[in-house]
Amino acid sequence: MTLPRRTHPRPLDITHGRIDLTHGGGGRAMAQLVDELFVAAFDNEALNQGNDQAEFVVPQGRMVMSTDGYVISPLFFPGGDIGSLAVHGTVNDVAMAGAVPHSLSAGFIIEEGFPLADLKRIVDSMAAASKAAGVPVVTGDTKVVEKGKGDGIFITTAGIGFVPPGVRISGDRARPGDAILISGTMGDHGVAVMSQRESLGFESAILSDSAALHTLVAAMVADCPGIRVLRDPTRGGLAATLNEIAAQSATGMVIDERAVPVKDAVRGACELLGLDPLYVANEGKLICICDAADADRLLAVMRAHPLGTDAARIGTCEADPHHFVRMKTAMGGTRVVDWLAGEQLPRIC
Amino acid sequence: MKYIDEFRDGDAAGRLAAAIRAEADPARTYHIMEFCGGHTHAISRYGLEDLLPANVRMIHGPGCPVCVLPVGRIDAAIWLARQPGVILCTYGDMLRVPGSKRLSLLKVKAEGADIRMVYSTLDAVKLAADNPDRSVVFFAIGFETTTPPTAVAVKQAAALGLSNFFVFCNHVLTPSAITQILDSPEVRELGTVQLDAFIGPAHVSTIIGSAPYEYFAEEYQRPVVIAGFEPLDVLQAVRMLVAQINQGRFEVENEFARAVTRDGNPKAKALVAEMFELRKSFEWRGLGLVPYSGLRIKDAFAAFDAERHWDVPADSVADNKACECGAILRGVKKPTDCKLFGTVCTPENPMGSCMVSAEGACAAHWTYGRFRDA
Repeated sequence: MTLPRRTHPRPLDITHGRIDLTHGGGGRAMAQLVDELFVAAFDNEALNQGNDQAEFVVPQGRMVMSTDGYVISPLFFPGGDIGSLAVHGTVNDVAMAGAVPHSLSAGFIIEEGFPLADLKRIVDSMAAASKAAGVPVVTGDTKVVEKGKGDGIFITTAGIGFVPPGVRISGDRARPGDAILISGTMGDHGVAVMSQRESLGFESAILSDSAALHTLVAAMVADCPGIRVLRDPTRGGLAATLNEIAAQSATGMVIDERAVPVKDAVRGACELLGLDPLYVANEGKLICICDAADADRLLAVMRAHPLGTDAARIGTCEADPHHFVRMKTAMGGTRVVDWLAGEQLPRIC
Repeated sequence: MKYIDEFRDGDAAGRLAAAIRAEADPARTYHIMEFCGGHTHAISRYGLEDLLPANVRMIHGPGCPVCVLPVGRIDAAIWLARQPGVILCTYGDMLRVPGSKRLSLLKVKAEGADIRMVYSTLDAVKLAADNPDRSVVFFAIGFETTTPPTAVAVKQAAALGLSNFFVFCNHVLTPSAITQILDSPEVRELGTVQLDAFIGPAHVSTIIGSAPYEYFAEEYQRPVVIAGFEPLDVLQAVRMLVAQINQGRFEVENEFARAVTRDGNPKAKALVAEMFELRKSFEWRGLGLVPYSGLRIKDAFAAFDAERHWDVPADSVADNKACECGAILRGVKKPTDCKLFGTVCTPENPMGSCMVSAEGACAAHWTYGRFRDA
């Protein structure tokens, strides 16, 4: 059952209003913000109960849980915003265990003075992403910090999901001989965000690839429950993620530069900025490591899904006591693909 | 991507490599220094050493602007960043270069100094215009390529009537550094470092042209091929240098004719000449004091010179004793000859400047080539 909605004498002034400290104070102003903005947008049974926690029935088996903070600047970028990103990012982290995402929580830390119109735009986008993914935001929290103590808005989301029986996906399971697949082009998100930053006055037609990957994962797992590793190459890009997996699995890797798909516009922008697309963040791509015998079939499944049309096999795991990720360059040489040193692009997600 | 792909064609690289193998005389070795960090980076990033025969050896030169700035100048920039009301702007790599006392601009920024990374000198001018109550200092570094943009920034600040924009000038000159290397005792007297030829700078040469290299090609009898930064440019330049060495020639040849002329960019050169003058000497990391190798702002633009507005410390500070950056920058040692390399000195925790910039010899070898040492 659902509690009747509280009524407030005057609705929030979404067009001109701004967040003030009372919106985080625990009084009527906060209740109104929660009711008229958050609950109205996310609208699901668990949230509508109005409790400080969400209740759900747990099936037998294994669950996964993940959390992520979103501090991206700018808040709105080509192809998405901090709200949709906060849904996609956490749904993907849950899905990379092969799990079916079940529900999300959301915490908002908002700076005093933040326009209600922007907040509504973000929350609506978050709600739309959550509805499209079929993963509801079932509980949340709002805090307001004084002006100058935040930067507009920060969002944290946590997600839980259920792992289908027989699926065992983990970063430590890659073995020598396994195939390395990726679901599409590298670097779109990072370049889309960079193109919006005020200090970079170029306009590009590149959209962020921000997307929820759980339906792609479900199709892959259904076809090949024996997938060993799934991971989304976000911060640090393909290079950092492959190095993480190589270290976790204590294996080496060799990838082929010519096999890694990168959009021409992304390559052009990276060329101009002195970036390497292998290190630029993605928010709607995954890396899959599987038995080499399953690679062709899995690639066909990935390419049949709208989020995997550019999927490619980019390399192979190999025995290497140093756990190097090496790359055969298009020139015919070989080089290390190392961890990123320092920070190439701050606040990309 | 059009225009770049043509210079990164794997098949063409294979053919060039085969030609170099066929033309290189197995009875001798070829020691070729690529002066520029841009070439060092291309060689490592594309794994070009794998394509060259064992008797063609690439020696990494000092042409990495971040690498050659001595500790004293980093300390001076840190000092400036800590002055009240100052916003210090610079290019990204400079933030991580270690100064003395284990400080860097990045660490001083974390302590609260207002340090901004900019992509263009004009961003620094805009900062000054937007913050009239602050003093904006642009930490200007680099060779002839980055000098004209600094001059443009000063001109623009003057046009806007800004009295809060300053340049901490550390611009240096390529030809004087090459001469210094050729005059070094290791090359000239001891013969411990064999240097047969040079790959000349790409972007620097678009400004200064190919003519300035003619002097030392003839005087020191070393062939020079000016080359672009793409992998095929580098391989083509190596092939041209092998041919010159085989034929006993020592000329300046231009592989990068699509961008470099003999006289360079007269407009940029005039702008630089209008605003800057030679310092009697300037300290380089690794090379020490090099006569007439650095620029300072002329009297006419003194109002924009940070070194005149503040009493900037001008002390020379020694490198970490175990750090071999100096010898590596002169081509005397390889990164793997340094005890710190890959142990306490890595790109995450650089001890020396060569480990900071992606163009530095140590960072390039660590990042791209260290599997060869395993």
